[in-house]
Amino acid sequence: MSVLAQQLVLGLLIGGLYGLAAAGLSLVFGVLKVLDVAHGELIMLGGYMAFFVVTLVGLDPFVALLLVIPLSLLLGLALYWGLFGFVVRADEETRVKNSLLIGFGLALALHALAVRLWTADERSIVTSWGGAVISVGDLSIPVVRLVSLTVAFALIGGLHLLLARWRWGKAIRATAEDWQAALLTGIDVRRAYLLAFAIGTALAGAAGTLVTVGYSVSPSIGLEWTLKALIVVVLAGLGSMIGTFVGGLLLGVAEAASAAAFGGPYREVVGLVIFVVVLVVRPRGLFGR
Amino acid sequence: MLEIRDLDAAYGDIRVLTGVTLSVGPGEIVALLGPNGAGKSTLLNSIAGLLRPRAGAIRFEGEDLNGVHAHLIVERGVALVPEGRRLFGGMTVEENLELGAFANRARATKAAGLERVFALFPDLRERRRQLVRALSGGQQQMVAVGRALMTNPRLLMLDEPSLGIAPRLVRSIMESLIEINRDGVAVFLVEQNVQAALGLAHRGYVLESGRVALQGSAAELLGDPHVRRAYLGPLAVRR
Repeated sequence: MSVLAQQLVLGLLIGGLYGLAAAGLSLVFGVLKVLDVAHGELIMLGGYMAFFVVTLVGLDPFVALLLVIPLSLLLGLALYWGLFGFVVRADEETRVKNSLLIGFGLALALHALAVRLWTADERSIVTSWGGAVISVGDLSIPVVRLVSLTVAFALIGGLHLLLARWRWGKAIRATAEDWQAALLTGIDVRRAYLLAFAIGTALAGAAGTLVTVGYSVSPSIGLEWTLKALIVVVLAGLGSMIGTFVGGLLLGVAEAASAAAFGGPYREVVGLVIFVVVLVVRPRGLFGR
Repeated sequence: MLEIRDLDAAYGDIRVLTGVTLSVGPGEIVALLGPNGAGKSTLLNSIAGLLRPRAGAIRFEGEDLNGVHAHLIVERGVALVPEGRRLFGGMTVEENLELGAFANRARATKAAGLERVFALFPDLRERRRQLVRALSGGQQQMVAVGRALMTNPRLLMLDEPSLGIAPRLVRSIMESLIEINRDGVAVFLVEQNVQAALGLAHRGYVLESGRVALQGSAAELLGDPHVRRAYLGPLAVRR
């Protein structure tokens, strides 16, 4: 019993990262109608950024976020100006197709670049307090992962407020709902796209940092994170960042439960089952509009 | 104020407008009538910058609008209430209206604009915190008119505001247009409800198969045998 509880707690802790990873993808998909399959590679890049900021500058990994997030934001601006800005000029159907091609190309290129620059080795960030554990009854909770979950939740909350209160946040939501109507209210829709993409990339960078602290980074983690994020986006539906975060937690717990019930290898299967079942039963997702 | 000359527009290979020439003067209410598929919406979308015309000129207060981005056309003072309202359904009435004041020309007048809209449509004041998708069609149309009005326009264009709305609310929306016009806003109204449109317009145009088939004062058009036969029907006199 306590083994199961321990598994579920660990599932919940990683679920927060699934939610954060999915938030960026959901924002970009919801606003630009572009499926960025290189989102996982952006998470991977964020992980390396954090790794080098921590090892070279010697910052605490959670403080490193203050550097990684703005750097990722800039990376997002560059990627939009260089690549995705051209995709959004097409009509919506062509957009999704073209974005898949560009996304896969970008994913392969970033993966190859990462192997070249940093080798295929796994790395992770080790902090002085990294081994600390809180014990609650029989449960032991790794402090780093608990802090990661809290940070992920705080970032999602911040994003939610940004979209609810900020002038351009409202413009981004309006553009997601109906870009032509947004134009008619005087919103520069291209700028809303740019901002949404940059924020999405910044979220990927933050997720990458937390992944590298609690777990590890290597050039090949991208695809796995893209898949997790995609499953969460389908599960939660578009339109609510809090909903996306909850979706991430649900996936984490479901994975842990199925691993405990059927054995470790089934951890990866449950996500795909959820993916298919949600698409069949409730295509707009649990919290989708 | 608005001058359109020899406008051609098309969707792909399908030609929709051919050589359309018309104008809306300052302070005028002008109706644009015509059957489904005549190209009325295409004309409005071209003016609003949602569609690039093939040829011809669109000028607003002496300046060329052709090729100007849609959001910058709003900045010039041209607002469109699109067909089917196109509101942000997941947002409240107030959020929809406030987004109408997104343009720079409207930011400073947001509070006054909101009061103006609530004065025109008192129903909306009570429902300001409700999600738009929970409102009736007529109330949604009021939000759509209000949102366009929030952009602080000099020219307000409306695409079939009476579509699918209870007659009582159609009247209240038409009356609001007179009120808006009284404040000096020119109104360009596309309508299938010919009686209602000509009831408040000064002048009108009839668009058929992408060409201007008829034009004249509202009284002339109401008296025109072709208009009566095609758009008002034999029971027109009794309505």
